[in-house]
Amino acid sequence: MFESLTDRLNETFTKLGRKGRLTEQDVDEAMREVRRALLEADVNFKVAKDFVAAVRERAVGQDVLKSLTPAQTVIGIANEELIKVLGEDVEPLRNPDKPPQIIMLVGLQGSGKTTHAGKLALHLRKGGRAPLLVAADVYRPAAVKQLETLGKQVGIPVYEEGTTSSPVVIAEHAVAYAKERGLNPVIIDTAGRLQIDDALMQELVDIRETVHPTEILLVADAMTGQEAVGVAETFHTRVGATGLILTKMDGDARGGAALSIRAVTGVPIKFIGTGEKLDALEPFYPNRLASRILGMGDVLSLIERAQQTMTGEEEDPEKLQQRLMKGQFTLEDFLSQLQKIKQMGPLSQILEMLPGVGQQLRQAKAEISDDAYKHIEAIIYSMTADERRNPEIIGKQRTARIAKGSGRTPQEVKALLKQFEEMQKMMAQMGKFAKKGKMPPGLGKGGFPGLPF
Amino acid sequence: MIFKFFKRKSQPDVQIEQTLEKTRRGVFSEISRLFDRGRLDEEFYEELEMLLIQADVGWDVSQKLVADLRQRVETLNIEDSALARDILREEMIALLEFSMRNRQVKILQRGVPFVIMVVGVNGVGKTTSIAKLAAYHQGFGRSVMLAAGDTFRAAAIDQLKIWGDRLGVPVIAGEQGGDPGAVVFDAMQAAHARNVDVLIVDTAGRLHTKHNLMAELGKLRTIMQKTVPDAPQETILVIDATTGQNGLVQANEFSKSVKISDILIAKLDGTAKGGIAFAVAKELGTPISYIGTGEKAVDLAEFRPDVYVDSLFFGEGGLTDD
Repeated sequence: MFESLTDRLNETFTKLGRKGRLTEQDVDEAMREVRRALLEADVNFKVAKDFVAAVRERAVGQDVLKSLTPAQTVIGIANEELIKVLGEDVEPLRNPDKPPQIIMLVGLQGSGKTTHAGKLALHLRKGGRAPLLVAADVYRPAAVKQLETLGKQVGIPVYEEGTTSSPVVIAEHAVAYAKERGLNPVIIDTAGRLQIDDALMQELVDIRETVHPTEILLVADAMTGQEAVGVAETFHTRVGATGLILTKMDGDARGGAALSIRAVTGVPIKFIGTGEKLDALEPFYPNRLASRILGMGDVLSLIERAQQTMTGEEEDPEKLQQRLMKGQFTLEDFLSQLQKIKQMGPLSQILEMLPGVGQQLRQAKAEISDDAYKHIEAIIYSMTADERRNPEIIGKQRTARIAKGSGRTPQEVKALLKQFEEMQKMMAQMGKFAKKGKMPPGLGKGGFPGLPF
Repeated sequence: MIFKFFKRKSQPDVQIEQTLEKTRRGVFSEISRLFDRGRLDEEFYEELEMLLIQADVGWDVSQKLVADLRQRVETLNIEDSALARDILREEMIALLEFSMRNRQVKILQRGVPFVIMVVGVNGVGKTTSIAKLAAYHQGFGRSVMLAAGDTFRAAAIDQLKIWGDRLGVPVIAGEQGGDPGAVVFDAMQAAHARNVDVLIVDTAGRLHTKHNLMAELGKLRTIMQKTVPDAPQETILVIDATTGQNGLVQANEFSKSVKISDILIAKLDGTAKGGIAFAVAKELGTPISYIGTGEKAVDLAEFRPDVYVDSLFFGEGGLTDD
């Protein structure tokens, strides 16, 4: 629904490019687009303004005006600045002075606290710990039951006192219970509350003063709009957050709220929630979110998404990516990816995750149909295993045979091979740039050369 | 502004007014203050745009509102800022009213359950909204039944049952992890057999990017239609008032899988302005029919564009009562 910044900047600079020379006003025009992209990603108004000022300063200094690919230069700067704000490194959970480690989850209603209490418990147990979940949401109907059910699903004990005790008392008892039994960490699920609800905010302060948590994690929905800053600021000033869990990142929200919260409160993002299953919790990588906010596509997430639909003993996404980026990408990989993609949803949605596809996609929207899959599949199926692994051996005769076998024309077979070759090159190129932490130059031209659409 | 048919002065209403009082002190009283300053200069338009964006109205709609206002102010040579304020107010109301025209008139037929399917992404407040909708229909003297179609989230069934007990409404439920289609089928049969006026079907929260889960909604519809051919007569998408621009994408994607007939904006009791309503109304034309403001069953009102704009944007009047 929203054009990516990459596309917009390209449009802007293409228009301006015809004039021959770019002026500082042209940079301003580009900055307007950066600002718009940020606002459409729900970045807070004021944060967006400050951010654009920082990017502009660097852009003017770095001779965007003389650059042959001004759009790329601007995006590169914006990307770097975003990572700077989001934090350069993965932030681990804090260790307590003495055990147990107490983690308290706070946030608005519906942000995903209870589910993430369960996810966090599972995550920590996988790291060899013995967590205790604490049901301190005594307000929402069946919230205690929900945590109990989650605990049962993963075999993690849940401390609860029903809904009659006060959350402060429950938390206190739970910590004593954990100490007695050597359970560590203690994860406290609190009720969702509005940041303007004084009485309930005070309750969180009381819990904090009673059990002195090691971590107070604010759980925030990635889809939150401009309110995110107000919410986070209030929670942070009243209760003191030590970290953020950004939930529902498996949707298509750009996640600008995270940038705003980080910029305004300085609280690091520690985890992201990426699904409804209890193992869908990941450490936070600033560079991935930066790409997402800018709408640059996200190859790694695409591969991971493919991974989710795969079964059994598949390759680890990082490894697969490394292989892809070295150009070691075969037609077999391509076919298996295509098949997975088919299970992942409509083609147009998937394509938007690929860098640079956005623009071309809109131009060619009418022609995109899932039939394209069938033709490609047919062609690849008509190849021998050897041909799939080493397509360079396919000469005229083999082409004719494949065409016959798949019911397509020899031209189509050749076109597919050509596109595949370009795709391989591009993957390798992306690999190089990813290593250097830069954007590949091909991305800006608005086409992913490997796909036949 | 008053919803006469919905006037129930009670303890929760006092609370609503208090929370809305806080809301008014936020962004929107700032809009009024901006007009009170009296100058209609460049700075004024910039600040207005900023305030609209801060309310999640979105870039496109904010630009349009400001540009239209500016054009009218300039062509009509308006210098009185109070007049400009009225123009903006009218424009905003018109935007919402436009989509209200798409609202279908639904008729309750005797002997045929009026089926309401409630959908939305995770955590927007579907279950609580269902309790409110049940109370709303009870207020008209209709018999209500609930179907616990969220068989996925832990304890979602229990949550709905607790509401059912509180409201004295039967809840048809299966097992957690069971097939929602079976629950819906049973509920349709039960509603029919027991001559229930309104059947409200809860569904599991799902992100609109999950292709298979979205397809499941279509399947639930087909199952409903086996008992009542035009069911669900109302399909309500619940959107969280704090949602940003993704709300537009949500509305769009859900509309593709099931025909969304109405939108309910939940959680308007915070400081969020629900500005996404404007983007949805403008881009998709789906009518916003209800607003939810609190955690009690009575915290629901029919949506009215003028009340919405006045109470949230110009800091006048309450959302649900006077």
